[in-house]
Amino acid sequence: MIRDIWTMVWKEWREIFLQRGTFRGGVFSAIVIPLGLLGIFIPWQEGRHWAQSAITPVLWVWLPVFLVATMICESFAGERERKTLETLLASRLADRTILFGKIAAAVGYGWGLAIASMALGLITVNLVHGHGDLILLPAQTILVVCAISLLASALAASAGVLISLRAATVRQAQQTLSLSLMGIMFGGVFGLQALPPEWKAWLFRTFAGAHLGTTTLIGGGVLLALDLLLISAAMARFQRARLILD
Amino acid sequence: MPEIAIRTEELTRDFANVRAVDGLNLEVEAGTVFGFLGPNGSGKTTTIRMLLGLLEPSSGRAEVLGLDTRTQSGQIRAISGALLENPALYERFSAEDNLDFYARIWRIGAAERRMRIRQLLNHLGLWERRKETVVKWSRGMKQKLAVARALLHRPALIFLDEPTAGLDPVAAAALRADLESLAVGDGATVFLTTHNLAEAEKFCRRVAVIREGKLLAVGHPDELRSQRGGLKAEVLGRGFNPEVLLALRALPLVASTELQNGRLVIGFSGKADLAPVVALLVTLGVQVEEVHKGKASLEDVFLTLMEEETA
Repeated sequence: MIRDIWTMVWKEWREIFLQRGTFRGGVFSAIVIPLGLLGIFIPWQEGRHWAQSAITPVLWVWLPVFLVATMICESFAGERERKTLETLLASRLADRTILFGKIAAAVGYGWGLAIASMALGLITVNLVHGHGDLILLPAQTILVVCAISLLASALAASAGVLISLRAATVRQAQQTLSLSLMGIMFGGVFGLQALPPEWKAWLFRTFAGAHLGTTTLIGGGVLLALDLLLISAAMARFQRARLILD
Repeated sequence: MPEIAIRTEELTRDFANVRAVDGLNLEVEAGTVFGFLGPNGSGKTTTIRMLLGLLEPSSGRAEVLGLDTRTQSGQIRAISGALLENPALYERFSAEDNLDFYARIWRIGAAERRMRIRQLLNHLGLWERRKETVVKWSRGMKQKLAVARALLHRPALIFLDEPTAGLDPVAAAALRADLESLAVGDGATVFLTTHNLAEAEKFCRRVAVIREGKLLAVGHPDELRSQRGGLKAEVLGRGFNPEVLLALRALPLVASTELQNGRLVIGFSGKADLAPVVALLVTLGVQVEEVHKGKASLEDVFLTLMEEETA
């Protein structure tokens, strides 16, 4: 199964890199430009502040989510829109292999690019602004970012699968998923502001008092539970007998 | 390999209130080309989907290469190839990449993969264009590439759903020749659906005719022609009129009469005895110039079956 999943990943990545017509052009736009911007340009401009800002870890969590959301819709709704899905389903690949291969390709791309940008950003900051000192992100922050961004990417991917399988076109799937993600983001911010003052105070006390590890464990646990729930739903939905009738 | 590649027993599939396939009983011998004919919406594609295990039957059962389509569909797909309703190529990929992806799916090793892709593309005259993305290719070239994809892993059974649909006659003939030399040459069983009756006549050892999910006839094209179409004669001349047609139909050996572009086409119910027919025509004042005797085509059989079913 691993070999078949890798075959799907190979095909999905090749499709991303060929979006611009040539493989080289695709690699440039899908990897070199984001890495250059997020891993070199921004850290160069921000300097030491880049490694100390509280916003930076949040960016590394959100970035892969949006990359995964874009790719997953193209992968599932696109396969159906371009009428290549039925032939793929008529091959020897199992339903789950196709599903996990596509999810792995999207998460691998989005999350991998985020982690690579973070690593490159650290190198850039040290080279340009280190002046002999070693600038590092706290190990705990790196672990939290890696774990939470991976779980959040998987969540975006599994939600994207479910939305794509119900959408008529890639564009419709991307719009629905983007609106959902923005709804979650802005809903969280505005929802927090709308809470009664005593609730806000309680939340602040709880999270400010808690150890970062505990907060991460709670957040990670919630994300993992949601991941499992949505991936199970995607597995139930992504079955030949149902897909062929869509 | 079993002697019977495909066997269906009362195979039925319903969609809401529509019965797409209705109690289909079929047997397809291994190593032969089997034509599955029927008008649009007759249940051909649904049958292929059930045989590939992509759709569950509502009732009845089917065995493909000795494997049950309900419980062993994965194994069936592993040893079958399919060219479904459209070429389904990844248009951003080159021809070579399209084949490479499917060769990886079929777990063909790297060296054999290269060799097989080269062999198929060479055979189909596409080797020189292997690096091109297929998006700008003609329908005929795409269809050829899709055939190569279906044959990559040397499947024991190949499903071809209207492979020549939308192709011009030259491209269709070329594709048919390629299919004949590649698939049949490898000893594979071919299950072919088509609207093109001339294609079925040339290419298939046995054909089945289906309409509204029901099997109307099955057999060798010659058998069907003699059972359903009988013999026919074509008369060229002048003086054909409705009275002449009526008088001919009164003869016990004449099954049908029809005027086609000024020619008189006579269908015989049994032996095609031309002497009494020509004598009657001359008596009725028809100037007979030429008479051709021949068998009904598969198209005639098909149309007869459709008319019988409608009646």
